[in-house]
Amino acid sequence: MSAGTHDTGSTDNWDWGAVADFMPHFWDGVLVTLQVLALGSLISFSLGLVWALAFRAPTRLVRWPVGLLTEFVRNTPLLVQLFFLFFVLPEWNIQFSAETTGTLAIGLHYSTYTAQVYRAGIDAVPVGQWEAAKALSLSYRRTWTAVILPQAVRRVVPALGNYVIAMLKDTPLLAGIGVLELLQRSRLEAAQTFQYTEALTVVGVAFILIAYPSSLLLRALERRLVR
Amino acid sequence: MSADTPLSKERPNPAVDGSELIRFDRVVKRFGANTVLDELDFSVASGKHVTLIGPSGSGKTTILRLLMTLIKPDEGTIKVGGAYLTHEEKNGRLVPAGEKHVREVRKNIGMVFQQFNLFPNMKVLRNITEAPVTVLGLPKDEAEQRARDLLDLVGLGDKCDAYPTQLSGGQQQRVAIARALAMRPQVLLLDEVTSALDPELVAGVLDVLRDIAHTTDITMLCVTHEMNFARDISDQVLMFDAGRVIESGPPEKIFSDPEHERTREFLSAVL
Amino acid sequence: MTAGLWEHWVLPGIWITVQLTLYSAALATAVAFGVGMARTHRSRLVRFFAAFYTEVFRGTSALVLMFWIFFVLPQLAGWALVPMWAAVLALGLSYGAYGAEVVRGALNAVAPAQREAGVALSFTPWQRMRLILLPQAVPEMIPSFCNLLVELLKGTALVSLLGIGDVSFAAYLVRLATTESAQIYSITLIIYFVLAFLLTRGMKVLERRAKAGIGQFPEPLSTGGWLRFRRSDAKSPELSSTGVTGGGASR
Repeated sequence: MSAGTHDTGSTDNWDWGAVADFMPHFWDGVLVTLQVLALGSLISFSLGLVWALAFRAPTRLVRWPVGLLTEFVRNTPLLVQLFFLFFVLPEWNIQFSAETTGTLAIGLHYSTYTAQVYRAGIDAVPVGQWEAAKALSLSYRRTWTAVILPQAVRRVVPALGNYVIAMLKDTPLLAGIGVLELLQRSRLEAAQTFQYTEALTVVGVAFILIAYPSSLLLRALERRLVR
Repeated sequence: MSADTPLSKERPNPAVDGSELIRFDRVVKRFGANTVLDELDFSVASGKHVTLIGPSGSGKTTILRLLMTLIKPDEGTIKVGGAYLTHEEKNGRLVPAGEKHVREVRKNIGMVFQQFNLFPNMKVLRNITEAPVTVLGLPKDEAEQRARDLLDLVGLGDKCDAYPTQLSGGQQQRVAIARALAMRPQVLLLDEVTSALDPELVAGVLDVLRDIAHTTDITMLCVTHEMNFARDISDQVLMFDAGRVIESGPPEKIFSDPEHERTREFLSAVL
Repeated sequence: MTAGLWEHWVLPGIWITVQLTLYSAALATAVAFGVGMARTHRSRLVRFFAAFYTEVFRGTSALVLMFWIFFVLPQLAGWALVPMWAAVLALGLSYGAYGAEVVRGALNAVAPAQREAGVALSFTPWQRMRLILLPQAVPEMIPSFCNLLVELLKGTALVSLLGIGDVSFAAYLVRLATTESAQIYSITLIIYFVLAFLLTRGMKVLERRAKAGIGQFPEPLSTGGWLRFRRSDAKSPELSSTGVTGGGASR
């Protein structure tokens, strides 16, 4: 592709045969993508909770560094963070596979979003609940696990689900470090056959076919859970 | 008010001689299974001040909203100044009116809302001038002169450059009245214009309306719970119940010697 | 890192990133307002197509879309865009879809009585939109647009995978030249962080101006709380599905 527009020849070149050839690789890619998504979600859910609790820590020595770290991670590109981990960790003698590195990066990046979700969910629990727990002399630990978090969870589930969908749409970034997820599979296929159209289109449509019904499902869930 | 008041007419009202200005013909309006207006017939003569009273849910406000084309009738027709409001005649048949036709007829109708509904993004003066300029095509300076005169009339001549949020409820409602009048409508619809006001602000708004009612020949159609005000300005009072007019007459008659049992009950409850 | 690398790769890279952000933001804004207003249109058909657009472009991954526009579109259409503009197109179209939801939400949040007052004064639907609804809705959109703009800035990093010389691509080249990954990638992250901070501050000023223009006067900008990037007055946007505005590219 050079400056301006130029003719690339034939415009009638959709080949169902190429689609059929790609499908086995496609399903392998789906598997990797879902693996990354499941583990990445798990990391982001648990790490986010850690951040959210740290936001409420009694000392600034915890609140401020955690605040700065999460703001920094949230306001910088996942792709660059991905490269940072991929190239820098080995320099520190930490050896991970590309897939593990990618999963960690996605989980870390999105934990800064889920932390905000938890924070909003915790803030939405009425002050009276804290006071009631105090009046009953519940321990710090019991207050969180028995009173606050169970009430917050109901509110945060739909929002967390939305971030899972957002994460799904970010998994193609892992192609940048060579993880064999959907986009990378389609690139390899295209590189072998010189047919870009079919594989890339299949992958693009696949994302819409997964993301749209999931978001409909979440909207229904949200209506049911919230109030 | 003398002849050069802001309300003096450059566009004469078509007869203040009592000819028919508004006509409802077998109008039906339902909301779901609830029939709010049930084959309603009534008319308002030009220049008259008509007050609609009745229990809440009896369909009074629905009539104003129909006239403002905020909602459409399910059956029946409405005429304003001889022209169909919600229908058009095409090849001798009545068809639902297009947006353009509706807007043309509606220009003759102004409305003041319970909640004022001033545009918060515009200063007071522009709230009043915007529609005359963009809808009627009035030159800007002329519209501004008209707006200033009207603001003087409602006693807010010094508030041109205020934003609505900086005014009290009573002041906002008086600006809203000026805004409606700036379009020189033949009919002014007043939808419970004092119900959202603090009690001490009601009198100021009612005084302005009384002034307008007594010094102009603008037709007024008014839904209110202020029975004293209704008695003061009305030529005719219509008592509504369950989507129908069950009694009508001059205020002296309705308020002191109502015929219908429901009217008596209603008045003893609100007076 | 030497001064030469800085001057020849990183600085031009920053400039490309800024350009990409601004051009994509301009396109996304146009798309957001066009599609967002179409979603409140009277005609069901118009609403359907606008909803279809948002669902498709929010459903797809921005990076896949970018690859598609780079590699597939030329084959299907018979012509190709300059890489820079292909990237702007991909970013503008997908972030425009998120922006459309913001526009629709803000328009729907204007009190229905305002529309009625517009009808009562015989404004046409377009006059109501232009004179009443938009002026009230726009200031409400700015905090969400601010979040989206930061997401868009982060999204521009994707173009480095296509060989466009933005600051991420410059980092890649510098790493190859110096083999010092930690240094250059730390610097790159800080550059993005500073850019995001500047954009956020700029949008805050814009928001104050816009609100003052319609007679709302918020509290003055606080000097404290500089850590708080995002809007602090939001009603827990994190908890609603519309709160998730970015996503897809580089959330």
